[in-house]
Amino acid sequence: MSDITIDPAVPATAIEAPAGRIHEFITSRYPMVQITDDQDIFELGFINSLFAMELVMFIEKTFDLVIPTAELQRSNFSSVRAMSRLVERHQPPVTQP
Amino acid sequence: MTVEAEAPPLTLAGDRARLRAFVDEHVVPHADSWDLAGAVPEEMLDRLGAAGLWAPFLPVEDGGAGLDMVSLGALHEEVGRGCSSTRSLLTVHGMVSWAVHRWGSPGQREQWLPALARGEQLGAFCLTEPGAGSDIQGITSTARRRGGDWVLTGTKKWITGGQRADVYLFFARTPAGIAAFLVPRRTPGVQVVPIDGVLGTRASLLAEIRLDEVVLAPDALLGPDGFASGMVATGVLDLGRYSVAAGSVGIIQACLDACAEYAQHRKVGAGRLRDLQLIRAKITDMVTDAQAGRLLYEHAGRLRDAGDEATLMATFVAKYFASRAAARHASEAVQVHGAIGLGPGHPAGRFYRDAKVLELIEGSTEIQQLTIAEHAFRKDEWT
Repeated sequence: MSDITIDPAVPATAIEAPAGRIHEFITSRYPMVQITDDQDIFELGFINSLFAMELVMFIEKTFDLVIPTAELQRSNFSSVRAMSRLVERHQPPVTQP
Repeated sequence: MTVEAEAPPLTLAGDRARLRAFVDEHVVPHADSWDLAGAVPEEMLDRLGAAGLWAPFLPVEDGGAGLDMVSLGALHEEVGRGCSSTRSLLTVHGMVSWAVHRWGSPGQREQWLPALARGEQLGAFCLTEPGAGSDIQGITSTARRRGGDWVLTGTKKWITGGQRADVYLFFARTPAGIAAFLVPRRTPGVQVVPIDGVLGTRASLLAEIRLDEVVLAPDALLGPDGFASGMVATGVLDLGRYSVAAGSVGIIQACLDACAEYAQHRKVGAGRLRDLQLIRAKITDMVTDAQAGRLLYEHAGRLRDAGDEATLMATFVAKYFASRAAARHASEAVQVHGAIGLGPGHPAGRFYRDAKVLELIEGSTEIQQLTIAEHAFRKDEWT
């Protein structure tokens, strides 16, 4: 059995599922809110246009991608799982050392 | 043997000392006359284009200079120091240019960005309506489909640069929500009505833009439909807010420069105005707030350059601080100058009127207060 070593040079994206990072980002901004990965975050009432912009910027920076304009649809940001799938569609390939 | 490539020469936009000299030569001596005349002249608009100052943050491949955001802030501060009306025109043009860069299709980018970068086409940001200012959701302009085309109807008011712009970034309601459209000025059905005699930024070519069943091709839509109010408007307003923050620091600096120079020479009794302690207190506050405001927008700019979402709130804070400080110090600038500052064509009066505008635009002071507090209460730190 081989040990799995976390190499700090390898981006987090190669190690953690996007859903975990996105979930953590949302709950760190709204610690009083508990959400599941499939819950519609817009229906929870705390999402405004400013936070939507923060979400987009966080996703693009954290996962090193640019979200195509055609993908800037509410359905792609409605839940943690939807955003995770968006990331997986557009994440650049990670090369291991 | 390796030969190190020479760094490309700084463009004017990225060279603060040259920028300052440019503003001192071409803007400062004329700003009061532009204010009185109610317009920044066309030759100044051309000069800004020749100097590459309209949208230098655009990538080089799109005709820009790839200028970083901190340097853009310095540019808008220096121009704002010279003339808030001129800075306002850079602000809204930059907002439109950035929107096309960020959300434009390849075709839209190719069609608009090179001309926007050079200032050959000027942009204006059209969101505010007679019945909807802070309440963006209250806009009533509409966009409906007719075949593949869009048909727009609505009125926007107090549009900076509206008298002169070649293209309007026009926000309208669609069945899906709020969307942004690129509306060329010369499209049939577009009416431009100048607005003159406003309190401040009198030379910023304000206009009311009326669209009456204006037909646009499908590619007039910029960015997504429906979700745009959360993306295009917010993102563009963020850049506008950043520019206004920097421009506010420019007004503070202009007030400081004017008051310090006046106090050095104005005789009072056996001494000079600069010898009076209460005058010194005002100067000290101007020095401090100019530096503090500059640090705040530079911080927001660095975050923006890093793609860090914290830039959004940092920009709110920078604009809130700097705009209120500008209004405060512009009032003090009139006070320091006494009756001379009340005269027509004196810069202190222009600073005072222009600074008031900054407390209303790109998010009024009250909206800033609500937004920043709401953000602070998101965290659990005080429970």
